[in-house]
This record gives sequence, structure tokens and C-alpha cells, in this order.
Amino acid sequence: MISTLIDTIIDVFPILMKGMKITIVVLVLSSIFAYLFAFIAGLCRMSQNVLLRKFTGFYVEVFRGTSLIVQLFWLYYAIPMLFGFDLGSDMLAGVLAIALNYGAYMSEIVRGSILSVAEGQTEAATALNMSRFQRMRLVILPQAIRMMLPEFGNYLILMLKSTSLVALIGMTDILYYGNILRGGNISQGPTIYLLVLVFYFILALPLIALTKKLEKMSKKGVAVQ
Amino acid sequence: MSNWDWEVFFDAFPMIIQGLGITVGLTIACYIFALIFGFFWTVADRIPIKPIHWVIRWIMEFIRSTPPLVQLFFIFYAWPVVPYVGVALDPFTSAVIGLGLHYSTYISEVYRSGIEGVAPGQWEASTALNLSTKQKWMKVILPQAIPPTIPMLGNYLIIMFKEVPLASTIGVVGILHLANDYGAQYWRYLEPLTIVAILFLVLSYPSAILINKLEKKMNQRFNKKDVLEETKGAAI
Amino acid sequence: MAEVETASTQYTAANNAEPIVKYLDVHKSFGDVEVLKGINLEIKPAEKVAVIGPSGSGKTTIIRMLMTLEKPTSGKIIVDGNYLWHMEKDGKLVPANEKHLREVRGDIGMVFQHFNLFPHMTILENCMTAPIHVKKEDKQTAKQRSIEMLEKVGLGDKIDNYPSQLSGGQKQRVAMARALVMRPKVMLFDEVTSALDPELVGEVLEVIRDIAKEGEMAMVLVTHEMDFALDIADRVLFLDKGVIAEQGPPSEVIENPKNERLQNFLHRFRS
Repeated sequence: MISTLIDTIIDVFPILMKGMKITIVVLVLSSIFAYLFAFIAGLCRMSQNVLLRKFTGFYVEVFRGTSLIVQLFWLYYAIPMLFGFDLGSDMLAGVLAIALNYGAYMSEIVRGSILSVAEGQTEAATALNMSRFQRMRLVILPQAIRMMLPEFGNYLILMLKSTSLVALIGMTDILYYGNILRGGNISQGPTIYLLVLVFYFILALPLIALTKKLEKMSKKGVAVQ
Repeated sequence: MSNWDWEVFFDAFPMIIQGLGITVGLTIACYIFALIFGFFWTVADRIPIKPIHWVIRWIMEFIRSTPPLVQLFFIFYAWPVVPYVGVALDPFTSAVIGLGLHYSTYISEVYRSGIEGVAPGQWEASTALNLSTKQKWMKVILPQAIPPTIPMLGNYLIIMFKEVPLASTIGVVGILHLANDYGAQYWRYLEPLTIVAILFLVLSYPSAILINKLEKKMNQRFNKKDVLEETKGAAI
Repeated sequence: MAEVETASTQYTAANNAEPIVKYLDVHKSFGDVEVLKGINLEIKPAEKVAVIGPSGSGKTTIIRMLMTLEKPTSGKIIVDGNYLWHMEKDGKLVPANEKHLREVRGDIGMVFQHFNLFPHMTILENCMTAPIHVKKEDKQTAKQRSIEMLEKVGLGDKIDNYPSQLSGGQKQRVAMARALVMRPKVMLFDEVTSALDPELVGEVLEVIRDIAKEGEMAMVLVTHEMDFALDIADRVLFLDKGVIAEQGPPSEVIENPKNERLQNFLHRFRS
């Protein structure tokens, strides 16, 4: 019993490792774009241009109001039908879905953090005759980003979990190989899926540690309203 | 937009909406499971025996930081073949347990923040009044701990609603599943998937606004503003 | 323009220097509440003006409008011969844009009740950031001048500390150094000692007194420290219900008040 367990683990481990690469690539790419979208959308929602504000507001509400899995399928299956062209690859659809979804959520964090930097900070910067752009760059953003960091860390863990969805559109990530392995040996299903979970947990551990560290860091150096 | 076909839209709509009952029902079942199990975690987390506390924390962390999709697969596909304890579960039950368990770890954090949010003076005052443990919890702590958590719990209801379509991957026939069926049958995914997106938006957006209002009301009632004023005074 | 000239002519008649700041019938409302009901005021270069009055009388609003933190509802403010909230376009006065505001308010500096230091910067960075980015000074000069200014307020040994490591009095001295490095022609002090523990008030007043002695800068102090106002101010304004109810040298206004409400106000402070 124990020996078959160990055998299974030895068999399964290298195959799951193959999926690790795709999981990490999807995580890295989608998180970079998610943070980018979050900043762009967060700042646009505070713009003085009404049209820009409305448009980003629409994006944020649509992506927060529907499910990631629905968005993923939509990008993967529906976009080619709508525009008559493919997004080119499942990688693009997967990364874009995760990035757009989490970008929408995190844009609210960007906006909220900027708004919660104490008003006195803007006033002091004005009194030093800084321009609107300088106030943002030198005074508000450095403090707001400190506030965002722990939340960004939390969302990184959520994004890691969400990368598992790309297996549903045929990408060869950890879960994909897990499914294939289970298909080949149904009685070893529990060990295989447990191992898949452990793989994700091992990837999550440094992110959890990072988030805790960011939480500590963010407590310093901010004037909150 | 040339490929959009209203005929398909109106053909698929009545079919897909039939799954709404399952989707909403599953959301509620998962939510109740999470609320109850979250309570279990919160109590277990307060056990003052170090090793037990430590084990509980790690189990919670493990469940919380691994993908719910894999957890669903584990329960639906793998649990039946687990020696001795394994039983086959239907898709709906598997989803309730899988998603409910996953989110119970989050719900437990909400409970914890509620309890920790009660000012330390309240504990001291109840001790000073010589209340029994039961009286302390029922009369002093919980009445103050619960209301601020209500908006947060509401938020999790909406979050879980949006996670429930994951269950279509193990065969729960909610709206997403029906849309995919339709897509596979007629090779038209655009309209059915758009219908699903619209249904989610139509249900979750007003709920989110409602929760937001509730949150503002709660903040007013619990005088968060006073706290803000104080911190403002201490600004650097 | 005619209005401006009349005002300045009157002024020159009384004193040889051209005023650095003028308020012409300035009103300010917040919603339905009118807090300032027609302020006319001239401040000479190097003049030290103390503004006193009960809370809610609009004293802080007066200087916040000069710092462009609050926009007047009507009336005009002139700084060193230029309109602050207006600019000329095709011979007409139109509301100022951000660029114009920046050009004119460069002459003004301000110290706040709650210090408003930048918590993510060291003390030195707090002081040298604006000279570098706003005045485009080179880094070395800005750094050197900032260090000199911090030494002047007695914090030369703290330049690499962060604001959170300082006492309230020290923070306020940094805030003053930060404003002084910008070499304003007019410096505004908004109840700068009100947020301090009583034992820390002295060190801050000491620094203000030193700055005042140097003379070249006009100063407007909104304050509750009557003895201090008496000591350093050339002129005291008593603001009540949105108007300047009495003004003059401190010896008259504080020692020998005529306005009845001022008498009551001062009485409360003395007792």
C-alpha cells in the first residue's frame, strides 16, 4: 500500500513538473498585464474626461460582474466567432482573461488607495507649488502603492489559483497533466490530485510569505486619511 | 459584429435560462455550507493547544491557497476511490462540498475579523461585570461582532455566485453548462456564452450595489467616521 | 483693472512699499454658508500679520485661498501685482488655469496645523524634493540649502530620519524648513502650534520668531497664541463672523480692544 503510493508519486512527479512551466508562465504574464490594466483603469476612472471615466467604469463592472470562467470561454470560443479571427493561441486567451478579470478587481484597489492618501498630502504638495502630475508622481503614488502592495500580493495568490482554469482550454499546465494521469489510472486519482494540490501549494507558499512581508512594509510611510 | 445572430440568441435564451435555478440553488447551498463550516474553522482556530492550532492553520492555508477547480476534481473524481472512506457523490453535492469548503476558509477570516474588531475594553468590561462566558459572548461580544461582518459576508455571496460555474466542469447543469452544450451541438458559442455573461452581470451587479449601500450604512452606525477623524489628527 | 489701481494708490499714500498681497472684496461660501463676507486686505512685503478670532470665523479660509487650496466665491486676490485666481485673456479677466496658478503661487509658502510631512521621504528629501522638481535646482545645491535650513531650525542631526521618528515639535520645524527652502515672499502659518503638546509649543514659536527677525519675508499667522502675536506681529486682524472686525498694531488690538466681541474673545483667553 505504502510502496504503491511511493511508486505513484515517483511516476507522477516528473510529469506534473512538465506542467509547472506553463502554470508559471501563465501566472507571470497574466499578473504583469493585470497590474498594468489595474493602474491604467484605476487612473482612468479618476480622469476628468467623462467619456474615459464611463468607458473604464463599464470595463470594470463587466469584468467584476461576470465569472472568470465565463470570460475565459468567451475569449476562447466566442471572440473568433464574433470577429471572424482567432486570438491566435490559447495562451493569449488564457493570459488575457485572467489579466482583464483581475485587472478590473485591482483597479478598484489602485483607485481606493490613491483616494485614501490623506488630503493634507496633496495640500502640502500644492503649497510647494508642485504640478498635478508632480503631486501624483512624487507624493501620492509612492504612498498609495505602499497601501496597494499587500492587496496585490493577495491577488497574486488568487491569480495563481485561477491559472488552473487554462487546463479547460487545453493548455498543458499542472492540472492538465493531472487530469491525463488520472485518466490513465483511475484508482490512483486521490494521490494524483493531492499531488497536484501540493504543487500549487508549493507555488503559493513564497507568495504567501511575500504578502505577509508586504503587509509589514506597507504599515510604514503612509499618511492615511 | 457581422457574425452576431439574434435568431440564435433567442433560440438559446429559453434553453439556458432553465439552468438558472441550478446555478442560484448551488450558490445558496455552497454559501450555507461555507457559513457553517467557516464557524467550525473559527472555533477550531481558537483551541489553545499549540500543535492542534498549528495543524488547523496549515490545513486552512492549504485549502485557501490551492485552486478550487482542482479541489472539485478531487472530490468528484478521486474521492470515490479513496480506500475505506471514499463514496461516490453526485456533481451537485460534490460542488457544494468542494466550493463550500474552499470558501469556508475565507468566511472564517470574516468571523475572526468581526470578533477581533470588538474593542478590548468590551471584554474587560464584561469581566468586570462578572458575566459568565456564555453571557459574555451572547450579550456583549457577538451582538457587536456580527453586524460589521454582514456586508463582507454579502460580498462573499456574490463572489461565490461567480465561482459556481466552475461546477459545470464536473457536470452540474447550470447556465454555463447549458450554454456549452448548446455551443457544442450547433457550433455557436458566441450568443450562448454572451447570454451567460449577461445573466451573471444582471444578477451580480445590483447585488453588489446593494451590499455597498449596506456597508455604508453599517459604517455610519458604528461611527467609523470618528475613528477616521482621530487618525487624521495623528497624520504625519 | 481700475479697481486695483485705486486700491494701490490708497496704499502708497499710507506707505511707500507696494503691497505684496491684496484681497479685493473676497467672499467665500461653503454650500449655503458664507464664511467670508467681503475681505479687503493688503499685506506689505516683510509685514508680519497675525489673524485671530473665534473658531469658524474664517481665519484659516483666508490663508487657504491665498495658497490656492480654496477657491474664492467672488472677489480678487493679487499677489505681487498679478491676479491669483484670474488671468487676462483678450483683455478680459477669465478664471485662471493650473499653469497660471502655479506661476503666481510660487511666491507663497505654507505651514500646516497637522504638519503634512511626506511620510515616505526622509527629512532631507522632504526639504529638497520641491526645489529639485519645482524650481529645477541641481541636486547638490538643493541638498546643501536644505541641510543649511534644517540646521537653522535645529534639526541638522536628523536629516536622514523619517517623519514618524520625530516629535510633533520637530515635525513642525521640518515643515517650516521645507517651506523656507522654496524662498517664498509670503509665508502662511495655519495654527501651527494647535496640534502640539503644550511642552513642544515653545520650540516651534522660537523658530518662527527667528524667521520673523530676518525680516525679508511677509508672514501671515493664524494663531491662538496671543502673547506671541503681541510679540512678533506688526499688525493684528480680528476676524469675526466673516469680516475683519478690528485691526491695528498689537498694542492697540490686543492690549486695548474697542470691539466688544473682541474684548470677550480676549477675556476668554486671558482667564
